[in-house]
Amino acid sequence: MKYTYYPGCSVKATANLYQDSIDAVAPLLGLELEELEDWNCCGATAYMSVKELMSFAISSRNLALAEPLHRDLVTPCSACYTVLKKTNTYLAAYPELRQKVGKALEVAGLSYSGNVKVRHLFNVVIDDVGIEKISSMVQRNLEGLRVACYYGCQIARPETDLDHPDNPKSMEALVIALGATASYFPMKTHCCGASLMGTEEELALRLCKNLLLNAERNNADVIVTVCPLCQMNLDVYQGKVNKLFGTNFHIPVIYFTQLIGAAMGLPFKKLGLHKVAMKIKGEPKRILNG
Amino acid sequence: MIEKDIVCEAGLEHNFLEEIYSLPGGAEIKKCIQCGTCTGSCPTSYVMDYGPRKIFSLIRAGFRDEVLNSNTIWFCSSCYTCTVRCPKEIKITDVMYALKRLAIKEGRTKGRKTAVLSQTFVSMVNKYGRNHETELMVRYILKAEFFNALKFVTQGWNLLSNGRLPFKPHRIKHINEIRKILKKVDELGEI
Repeated sequence: MKYTYYPGCSVKATANLYQDSIDAVAPLLGLELEELEDWNCCGATAYMSVKELMSFAISSRNLALAEPLHRDLVTPCSACYTVLKKTNTYLAAYPELRQKVGKALEVAGLSYSGNVKVRHLFNVVIDDVGIEKISSMVQRNLEGLRVACYYGCQIARPETDLDHPDNPKSMEALVIALGATASYFPMKTHCCGASLMGTEEELALRLCKNLLLNAERNNADVIVTVCPLCQMNLDVYQGKVNKLFGTNFHIPVIYFTQLIGAAMGLPFKKLGLHKVAMKIKGEPKRILNG
Repeated sequence: MIEKDIVCEAGLEHNFLEEIYSLPGGAEIKKCIQCGTCTGSCPTSYVMDYGPRKIFSLIRAGFRDEVLNSNTIWFCSSCYTCTVRCPKEIKITDVMYALKRLAIKEGRTKGRKTAVLSQTFVSMVNKYGRNHETELMVRYILKAEFFNALKFVTQGWNLLSNGRLPFKPHRIKHINEIRKILKKVDELGEI
């Protein structure tokens, strides 16, 4: 199965461990991800806060570049997924927007007719590869690893391809198929604070604290995520959460592709698992590296 | 309590409502029934000057300054929970974006660090075609958190020591396309 791949800015930088695991796992899953040539930033939430038409226009450039390739556009980043998908929906719904964006693309020698399907890598793995196939590829027994399945916001809202917007269960099914245990984690689609971590740190730290507490109280060894920003906030800032709230969390936060890779028996470092800030140690390390 | 010395009705800005209606998605606030599902669902409403429900009420009553100067719009994290739960299907997150843009346009961003980060982000994307996270944070700190710079050291080290802090920006090949697009949008005028 061949797709056009849109990594997004974070995956190429602070979330490079996500890319490491995608590089390692995708070929084994039969996913051919061909990177979109010369893609640009989707605009994220920040651009939309400053200029609306400009943000839709630059986001559309990616869709215009992807359209002639006639394949689904797949991104591993929930923010890119939401923005690109929203651009598609709004271009279809608002003729005035479509017309203006069309004119802006035209001066760059581009055009877009609205035929690109934007998808999240997680949904591609669940819906196109399928849990059954993945479970047949398990090489390493993850028995005993308790996993909190964290979906976050933007893969679930405002539009979603998950099985349910409030209480999705596909990640839990995946975790079980890999031989691990899915912990009860009712805050699975709550907000981690997203980019507010950079500007309103205390507020975002509190949201992360709530999530970490929820995972800890349900005995999770690790949190699994599908979004670079969620991973960054919960993992890289976990030490700060501990300092501010006097907690003692040590819950490594890993990507779903890293968990799949570990279950397939791939080496720890190849999956970028050594780049997680809250170091994976003890029993979880033995299981994931064993 | 929202205190405003209403000397007479003229003290309120009735045009504000029309102004909001004219924003993309703005007219939808007509449908608001003040049920409070948005504020109840919002993960950050506890620190807001007014929750989203009150913001809609204030808009309709003509409290322009209170709305645009409130911290509310800058504490929206774009989690879209209110949007999907609103029984009247108002795109609340989009209204918040519209209010952010209006506040930035009018320079009502003093002390609003999120506005500084957003504007810095835009200049990064316009320059490289992509966001360069390292440069974004450095520029943001210099602009908005110069005297708190030390608090970013731990996170910077966390990323650096784990091989997650790139120094070189990715510049797209056809950055001229982005420039042309932006120039054209400027001519066309925002929506």
